[in-house]
Amino acid sequence: MTSRLAFRALLVAALTVAVVFLTLPIVAVFLNTTPARLIDELGTPESRDALLLSLETTSIAMAIIVLVGTPAAYLLGTRRFRGRAVVVTLIELPLVLPPAVAGIALLAAVGPSGILGGLVEDAGIRLVLETAGVVVALVFVASPFYVRQAQTAFAALDPTWMDASRTLGASEARTFARIAIPAATPGLMAGGALALGRALGEFGATLVFAGSFRGITQTVPLAIYDRFATDFDGALALSAVLVLVSAGILLSVKLVGGQEILGGHAAR
Amino acid sequence: MRRLLVVPLAATLLLASCGGDSGSSKPRLTVSSASSLKEALTSCAASASDATVRLSFAGSDELAAQIRQGVKPDVFAAANTKLPDALFAEGKVEKPVAFATNELVLAVPADSVEVRGLSDLGDDDIAIAVGSESVPVGAYTREILGRLPPAQEKAIVANIGSNEPDVKGIVGKLTQGAVDAGFVYASDVRATHGAVRAIRLASALRPDVTYAAAVVDGARQPQAARRYVRGLREGPCADALRQAGFGAPPT
Repeated sequence: MTSRLAFRALLVAALTVAVVFLTLPIVAVFLNTTPARLIDELGTPESRDALLLSLETTSIAMAIIVLVGTPAAYLLGTRRFRGRAVVVTLIELPLVLPPAVAGIALLAAVGPSGILGGLVEDAGIRLVLETAGVVVALVFVASPFYVRQAQTAFAALDPTWMDASRTLGASEARTFARIAIPAATPGLMAGGALALGRALGEFGATLVFAGSFRGITQTVPLAIYDRFATDFDGALALSAVLVLVSAGILLSVKLVGGQEILGGHAAR
Repeated sequence: MRRLLVVPLAATLLLASCGGDSGSSKPRLTVSSASSLKEALTSCAASASDATVRLSFAGSDELAAQIRQGVKPDVFAAANTKLPDALFAEGKVEKPVAFATNELVLAVPADSVEVRGLSDLGDDDIAIAVGSESVPVGAYTREILGRLPPAQEKAIVANIGSNEPDVKGIVGKLTQGAVDAGFVYASDVRATHGAVRAIRLASALRPDVTYAAAVVDGARQPQAARRYVRGLREGPCADALRQAGFGAPPT
């Protein structure tokens, strides 16, 4: 009996430590910033440029991730084929890459002297030092979060639904669009939220691959870093803005999808 | 198969920890240093006989900001005299000591044909990487650009494609051909072993680049830290600095 109580106490203590440790730095960001300072910060042209650029690049990256990632995840989640495990591992690899390594790898792949650099240049595409390069970096680091979650969501669907749909004469494509996607929506939204958060916060790959220039490649995290040395308060205020935006996204996804999304599965 | 891998791994870890143990009897000295000092200070770190030197590199401005936020390395070595002087004035470090000079150069990828000098930097389709305004290399670069005729300065500034947080970022962009030119220190070009070529600037344009180091106030190893700073002026580290292309400190 006492051992059971002791174990309970241990669990509660562990959760308390985790919650305090994880929220303290975020609380500190807000304790050091007054709301007035935060609003002032939104008014500076540097911050506005960075915010607009972050929203623009993240939106484009998310569109690409969802358009390509959803069918890819459907294939991975609903079919068994030779080499599937290898493909899954390859897609997840960017998850464990340090961001700066991701940037270096992108340079080595599609940078001016990268293995496909000539091809990219011949196609008239400029990535390095350009906004398009930021999008490439975001897609590279964020898409595995989406594909992984989407694949799990599709794999968890009851195959008899899809079979029924096909038996009733619906095409493969129609089954995907009308049955699989609606049924997997909570999982897709959760994956999308993770990818979005990762993309908004991306720093290292963007800096190494695309560079840092106001209005072109300097997203909010890069702008924060740029100001950290000379204007700590400004950097804090801009950090607070980014935290608010990210938290807003996380919350709205939870509200739209109900409790089921983001954690509901694990709790059951 | 797995077990076969584990044995050498464990042995390596054991050896590594033994190495660490024998070193930890000596005081451990933490040195926050400008990125441009990386090769020189790394090569002489082992020669400090009385302390185990742990180096951390970043833009001088970031290191200074960390010290202002209460981070306490033992030594701060900056790529200018301005930042350590400012910290000294704020009572955060002891009196700074100038220990080396460097030269700002225009750097281009070794095989570059587009840029032969400053006069080509304003051309169409030239991309330039510079240090951001707060990092010393960026401040020196803006000093140079400010000494040019306004039209030329404007054309060059229009070609700046990236404001990098430290000098290594500029060199990396150059070696990858991501930019056509950048302003870095002569010692950085030397450290690339031929991947990047330096174009010297007219002496009238060159800013005075002096490196200064200071013992951080509240350092855990003040004695060893002072010895380390002295050693930057004479001793193995001074030799390593000359070897890396740094000039002797002003007297």
